[in-house]
Amino acid sequence: MKKTIAVLVENHFGVLTHVSGLFSARGFNIDSLTVGETEDPTISRMTIVADGDEKTLEQVKKQLNRLIDVVKVIDLTDEDFVDRELVLVKVKIDNKKRSEILHVADTFQAKIDDVKKENVVIEVTGDQNKIKSFIEMMRSFGIVEIVRTGRIAIGRK
Amino acid sequence: MKMTGAKIFIEALKKEGVEIMFGYPGGVVLPIFDALYDSGINFILTRHEQGAAHAADGYARATGKVGVCLATSGPGATNLVTGLATANMDSVPIVAFTGQVRTSLIGNDAFQEVDISGITRPISKHNYLVKDINKLATVIKNAFHIASTGRPGVVVVDIPVDIQIQEADFYYPESIEIRGYKPTYNAHIGQIKRACKLIAASKKPVLYVGGGVIISNASGELIEFVKKTEIPVTMTLMGLGAFPGTDKFSLGMLGMHGTAYANHAIHESDLIIAIGARFDDRVTGKIEEFAPHAKIIHIDIDPCAISKNVEVDIPIVGDAKCALRDLLKNVEKPDISGWHKQIEVWKKKYPLTYKDDSKLRPQYVVEEIYNVTKGNAIITTEVGQNQMWAAQFYKYDKPRQFISSGGLGTMGYGFPAAIGAQMGCPKKHVFDIAGDGSIQMNIQELTTAVANKVPVKVAILNNGCLGMVRQWQELFYKKRYSYTILEACPDFVKLAEAYGAVGMRITKKKDVRKAIKDALKIKRPVMMDFRVEPEENVFPMVPAGQAINKMIGVLA
Repeated sequence: MKKTIAVLVENHFGVLTHVSGLFSARGFNIDSLTVGETEDPTISRMTIVADGDEKTLEQVKKQLNRLIDVVKVIDLTDEDFVDRELVLVKVKIDNKKRSEILHVADTFQAKIDDVKKENVVIEVTGDQNKIKSFIEMMRSFGIVEIVRTGRIAIGRK
Repeated sequence: MKMTGAKIFIEALKKEGVEIMFGYPGGVVLPIFDALYDSGINFILTRHEQGAAHAADGYARATGKVGVCLATSGPGATNLVTGLATANMDSVPIVAFTGQVRTSLIGNDAFQEVDISGITRPISKHNYLVKDINKLATVIKNAFHIASTGRPGVVVVDIPVDIQIQEADFYYPESIEIRGYKPTYNAHIGQIKRACKLIAASKKPVLYVGGGVIISNASGELIEFVKKTEIPVTMTLMGLGAFPGTDKFSLGMLGMHGTAYANHAIHESDLIIAIGARFDDRVTGKIEEFAPHAKIIHIDIDPCAISKNVEVDIPIVGDAKCALRDLLKNVEKPDISGWHKQIEVWKKKYPLTYKDDSKLRPQYVVEEIYNVTKGNAIITTEVGQNQMWAAQFYKYDKPRQFISSGGLGTMGYGFPAAIGAQMGCPKKHVFDIAGDGSIQMNIQELTTAVANKVPVKVAILNNGCLGMVRQWQELFYKKRYSYTILEACPDFVKLAEAYGAVGMRITKKKDVRKAIKDALKIKRPVMMDFRVEPEENVFPMVPAGQAINKMIGVLA
């Protein structure tokens, strides 16, 4: 199953390898990992989306806690949280499809960042469901390239 | 006062009370070696960095203090790696210092550069690359703290050569503030009470004790606990000595080469109280059939160890000493007289024994070392048959008496570890029980022992082969002895003499006792070449992947 884990770490070099190394040593895949500074500049927050069975993920959480540079591990999977991801999609465009693409983008409250003769760059933000449906819609027009930031998440409580 | 990084390094070690350090010099640690020269710290020059790491490890296990080793960058650092992995697997506190190329060259494939932080990430508890002279003292303080507290382990501190030369004010912090590191020592009292309820109601309880009891110096509490509850105790390889091996409630070692009665007791048990042990595969055998009737209480300071391999009924995170103290206060003696009777039957029916005839058998050598040293020696081992016989036939009554590479199973460990243990405990007799294969993996340390007048005794159980692997080939690979027969072997007596040590060869059973006595009289390193029965096997044995009550080679 997919898990969303937030990891608060000391904001210095080497920490990312310690964290990612833990996942690879256990043989499971990180779907996405984002890092950024928090309200406290000495602490960074990683949001990790990973796939694996419950038992292995439980071990990984314990092992993350064991790392000296990890200050706190929050498993967001079990609680109510808000998640967002930003995606840039480059889509093939021609005169016939133009208005249709723009209409879909508008429905998703996506933003047109750049328009060229042959393609358009669309920016969309949202939770995993919205991103998924948006990408599916765009696929039918012909996606040239996708860039995703990876998911960030915050608990509601 | 301004000091160079090298001088700060020395002063910090002094603040930590470091008396002895093992290592090897090289290009980028020259400033540190220059400061060491007249520092008053006893530096032991080994002949290989791996020897330095193992010696620091042996010293740490024998004394309970932090072991310290020092090597240069590149190959010096990578040579430490096996030693550090060995120590970390067995939760031995070590701080390893490595030199690094100067900060401006890091990442440039400079001469003798390796990313030792990256290399040691999976085999250390933590590591540091010091890039700022002002942080050096704090890093060293933290390194010693992290290595020695919680579940102890290895901390690597990588110091670039320019940091060793730069100057800064020396200030050694009094206290530690690491917000991500706060090990839990005190057990949850609710869990303790729940555990006590299970204990009181149990009919067939067994204490399954590991190295954690030795590390937390909890042997006294364990003995008290058994005195009060009369629950029988079995120990892992790492736990030997945590409870007296000669005590009537001791079941000896469990697992792959454990006693038949310990394994039967675990299999039939209705309650296992695991303390400072981690349900290693060598202990549990086939995990699905491990202790099928038992509820499990698991006490460990490392939350990762709990429910990792075996689902636990009552997890207790905490230090073994604290937890045992709390258990003692709350526990009531269960009614287990029937259980004691059953165990007596097993002990009589399946004693730990071997064929004691006129031949020179390795088990006999171990027994005689036990008899002559009156059970008071420190025994280190290599890995394989020698290790298992040393575990089976020497009875350890005290913690820190049996020193062996349990988790990683490192051949070549025992001899340098014996040197470290002897330097930490100069008044003890120290024996390395070795095989003719493994002793050759760090035999260069004979020079270290001779040069420092370290009177360690090496008992080579020489069977002319890589015994344990040969045993598996005999039992499971149709006697196809693929590369396990060591036809070419040095003359260990002459070799010892060439190094300036004393060599002895013993080929007859009747000469064993006298040889050991003679060796103990010699205040120098002695290498004893015991020519033992080549085809002797270690039994009982639980074949890999079997349940632990399915032993072979149980002599009834």
